[in-house]
Amino acid sequence: MAQELIRLEHISKQFDGQLILDDLELVIHENEFVTLLGPSGCGKTTTLRIIGGFEKPDEGRVIFEGKDITDLPPYKRQLNTVFQKYALFPHMDVAANIAFGLRMSKKSKTYIDDKIKYALKLVNLDGYEHRSVDSLSGGQQQRIAIARAIVNEPKVLLLDEPLGALDLKMRQDMQYELIRLKKELGITFLYVTHDQEEALTMSDMVVVMNQGYIQQMGTPVEVYNEPECAFVADFIGDSNIIDSVMVRDRLVRIMGKEFECVDTGFGLETPVDVVIRPEDVMLVPADDDDPNALNGVVTDIIFKGVFYEVSVMTEDYEWQVNSLDPFEVGKRVRITVDPFDIQIMNKPVSEDEEAIASYD
Amino acid sequence: MIKTRRVRNLFMAPFAVWSILFIIVPLLLIAGYAFTAEEGGFTLANLAIMGRWEYRKALWLSVALALASTVLCLLIAYPLCLILAQWKLKKGSELILLFVLPLWMNSLLSTMAWQTILERNGLINQLMRLLGLPDLHLINTPFAIVLGMIYNFLPYMILPLYTVLSAISVHLREAAQDLGAGPWHTFLHVILPLSVPGIISGITLVFIPSLTTFVISAMLGGGKILLIGNIIEQEFTATYNWHLGSGLSMFLMIFIIFNMILSAVFERNE
Repeated sequence: MAQELIRLEHISKQFDGQLILDDLELVIHENEFVTLLGPSGCGKTTTLRIIGGFEKPDEGRVIFEGKDITDLPPYKRQLNTVFQKYALFPHMDVAANIAFGLRMSKKSKTYIDDKIKYALKLVNLDGYEHRSVDSLSGGQQQRIAIARAIVNEPKVLLLDEPLGALDLKMRQDMQYELIRLKKELGITFLYVTHDQEEALTMSDMVVVMNQGYIQQMGTPVEVYNEPECAFVADFIGDSNIIDSVMVRDRLVRIMGKEFECVDTGFGLETPVDVVIRPEDVMLVPADDDDPNALNGVVTDIIFKGVFYEVSVMTEDYEWQVNSLDPFEVGKRVRITVDPFDIQIMNKPVSEDEEAIASYD
Repeated sequence: MIKTRRVRNLFMAPFAVWSILFIIVPLLLIAGYAFTAEEGGFTLANLAIMGRWEYRKALWLSVALALASTVLCLLIAYPLCLILAQWKLKKGSELILLFVLPLWMNSLLSTMAWQTILERNGLINQLMRLLGLPDLHLINTPFAIVLGMIYNFLPYMILPLYTVLSAISVHLREAAQDLGAGPWHTFLHVILPLSVPGIISGITLVFIPSLTTFVISAMLGGGKILLIGNIIEQEFTATYNWHLGSGLSMFLMIFIIFNMILSAVFERNE
């Protein structure tokens, strides 16, 4: 296990009487790419700003390399931030922007010049030293913002939705760029985003947050394939989430029809939520002879390139299905799912969890 | 294309008429008076008279007092605007309004008020007597004039400074801090350089009216301290020498333009 780098202990934060973070606990290890993922207002940016020193938690402590840095101002912390809107200094050229942190720590001129060259090479902008900041595109500005942060050799780079202002193509290119940078620098990246695709693509660990709580923590594969609650299932990827009843171990009743599954330990006749990913549903022709067949009618079909997005109406629920084959609208189909693609989740119990589950 | 140009010209017409009637023609008139003698014929004497020591003295005194009021306005306004602009409160702009409020009052009236405060038996000296302290000689001093200038022209320093300072994104300050700059270095390397345009407009807006005022110096200087503005006023209203008055105005205008060009060149070299 890698060395522990940052530890958040019982962090709580309110703004104007509204609870943003509630008793948050989080450990980040060295050389990890950690992403805080959640909808706006979930507390992810506040968490980042508390680590950066721009906000003080009402309660709790921030531990960095074993030392309590809760009361340390940002300029005394050994970490650097890439801001959402770049925040480059408009009165300085590219080189002066990158040199800012090094000048503050009184590095020698030759050291600074070398570092500028190195950083510009790293972000693929060699020769841009004397360009004015305004003359750069959004993507280039973001690279300069990254270069400006990493020349200081921070142990952790904090990135606050750094790709939010870029267009789709640029965003995808920058994702690969960030993964490469992370590997070359060998430092910890703490990344904040509301974009689940970004989170899944880049991270070693995804921390899914909602309403000031951590909903789930795990590798991208874990949070995608095994969401622990309806919120995570809904937020990460598309999902069919259906009120169901666990009949007994390995058998679940979905809309009155029995399906085999692999989960155990929920007891007998227990109400549960069932999560099924659109790509895990297989459509076959309707079967009116089998009493356990869940039949529906195709209501819509959209071509998405690799697959068709098919909507299937069964009783009062519209299923989302990603199908490789087209289906005519109006056609009756049967919904089938492999047992291990059925994800069973306990119903939320407390009021808080109820609120979380109702997030849409 | 031709049509849009015609429409544009149509909209421009009133402004063109305005600027010709009320700016260009009066300037030409002043220039006409300035470069002719009373007896007629071209002359530079009306401008050259600036070389006489009493005029020179008035000009340098004007420059000195205008500089003093400008610098003091800057020193008062900058910290105020810095604090208000960086407050996250919405109250910032309301407080600015409070400081700009004197603009809404007739400046003659407010200067008259300063007279009654500063004069020999004025408010301050009454207070001094109440406390058993000796009288202060305040009215009819350069100090009183500078005070009047500051009171009248401070809003012109505050407005551009506040506009520029409140436009500096909080993200830039956070970025500077993130890169290891404490409050002082953040101010020195980020806030101050970014506020230079506001400083320059503030200086221009305070310095020029301070340099040319005659009301403030007449009312708070008691006619004993002659600034260049007072001399020009006298030429028009007392001696009725419009040629000389225009010549001096012309000189003052050239002096101001020259200084502005100088500072613009200086700024570009920076």
